[in-house]
Amino acid sequence: MKSLLDSEFSDSNIVIARADDLLNWARLSSLWQLSFGLACCAIEMMATSASHYDFDRFGVMPRPTPRQSDVIIISGTVTLKMALRIKRLYEQMPDPKYIISMGSCANCGGPYWEHGYHVLKGVDRVIPVDVYVPGCPPRPEALLEGLLKLQEKIRNESLRTKKSA
Amino acid sequence: MSIKTEELVLNMGPQHPSTHGVLRLELQIEGEVVRKVTPHIGYLHRCFEKHAEAMTYPQVIPYTDRMDYLASMYNNFGYVLGVEKLMGIEVPERVQYIRVIMGELQRIASHMVALGTYGLDIGAFTPFLYLFRDREKILSLFEMTCGARLLYNYMWVGGLSHDIHPDFVRLTKEFITYFRPNIKEINDLLTFNKIFVDRTANIGILPVDTAINYGITGPNLRASGFKFDLRKNDPYSIYDRFDFDIPVGEGMVGTVGDCWDRFYVRVLEMEQSLKIVEQAIDQIPEGDVQSAIPKRIKPPVGTIYQRVENPRGELGYFIISDGTLNPFRVKVRAPSFVNMMILDELSRGHLVADIVAILGSIDIVLGEIDR
Repeated sequence: MKSLLDSEFSDSNIVIARADDLLNWARLSSLWQLSFGLACCAIEMMATSASHYDFDRFGVMPRPTPRQSDVIIISGTVTLKMALRIKRLYEQMPDPKYIISMGSCANCGGPYWEHGYHVLKGVDRVIPVDVYVPGCPPRPEALLEGLLKLQEKIRNESLRTKKSA
Repeated sequence: MSIKTEELVLNMGPQHPSTHGVLRLELQIEGEVVRKVTPHIGYLHRCFEKHAEAMTYPQVIPYTDRMDYLASMYNNFGYVLGVEKLMGIEVPERVQYIRVIMGELQRIASHMVALGTYGLDIGAFTPFLYLFRDREKILSLFEMTCGARLLYNYMWVGGLSHDIHPDFVRLTKEFITYFRPNIKEINDLLTFNKIFVDRTANIGILPVDTAINYGITGPNLRASGFKFDLRKNDPYSIYDRFDFDIPVGEGMVGTVGDCWDRFYVRVLEMEQSLKIVEQAIDQIPEGDVQSAIPKRIKPPVGTIYQRVENPRGELGYFIISDGTLNPFRVKVRAPSFVNMMILDELSRGHLVADIVAILGSIDIVLGEIDR
């Protein structure tokens, strides 16, 4: 969907836009990510941020504190001991906040589903997930696709049906 | 006149950009000076031993991948060597050579992450990007061979999951000629950088006798000046056929066994690994990589301890077989776990900012510590 904000103007002008479009455009273009790695997937997340795949071109920048971040990528196995901390980190993030669940472990427990007595079977049991990225671990391209899906989701948000805090 | 001071307990982690995963450190500090460090682990306990009990021998291999996820090939290597020894399987020459090549390429890739993230910890961002650029080239070699970028499940009991691609030899040679000059680039960018040297030289000095008492292995031990490498001291597979050196710490800019030495030993090891790959790549014999894979993997009753030189140190598998299809127990001697124990000893008396430098220089992987 091409919106007004995607058009180019030759000289200075007044742009009339819907508040939704403007806010969504601003939000989806600079999703700051909490630099938070859990397990193997974190290495692929690092590879995605590094030179070859360059997460930065989508406006994704790692921030070390939850208070400055918009999106948290759950990259790896969530154990029962870690689940409480993840919930706490999520609660510390300011609204609007988004979650990408990266990899099979975060989606559903992955290879630890059957015998993992200390593994949470899916991070969505403690925090609400926006986008699930499958794979063990997902390729960087898959994570990029997940991010594009999240951007699409944000683009269609509206102030009236705002995500509940 | 003395000011009354009080010790303060400070938590570092489990969410901290420099803890290399989910490690929590409980620091007791007096002002800026650290008095005691207590590591708290278990945030990534993924029940490896439970899985090993419930799975058949080949099914355990993917779980070994996920322990030290920076060196998956080498984790496979140790485990399959152990099971092969238990069953008395003779592995074809071609498989041996390919395993060594993959293992050494993995060592380079693993050290690249270690060095790159160490730069990040110290505050240098650029070397990380340069090293990850080169790491992608190794990963694409692995991907070409077995289809996976990070967790391979490549080495099987008695063989390999796939034969190498016809272009593999040529592309690996190209990589060697490409990467060798880049080691100098790393040295120029980071190793001999004044700020980096000031942050790491004479910090966290590990004397050789302390290192041995704690059971430290791998680059951390060698950085203290002790020449010990299982590839030479207890050769497994075909490592005795190759000519390579074991770099040790010499205290070039500080004291032997400081953080800088631990960093530099890894840089030198990458060169030696390139040397091994270069020798092995020309000698790969013809053959079938799956000819020795048994139809049923059912080792006789017995126990075995197989150790290999992982990029982080001595990785040991203690496998107990009760004669069934599932191992009775697989106990792992994880180098990161043992190496991390030195953290308290190294950190005492240093500043809070140095903890990051010390922790990064030990190069731990939490997947392996918690298993």
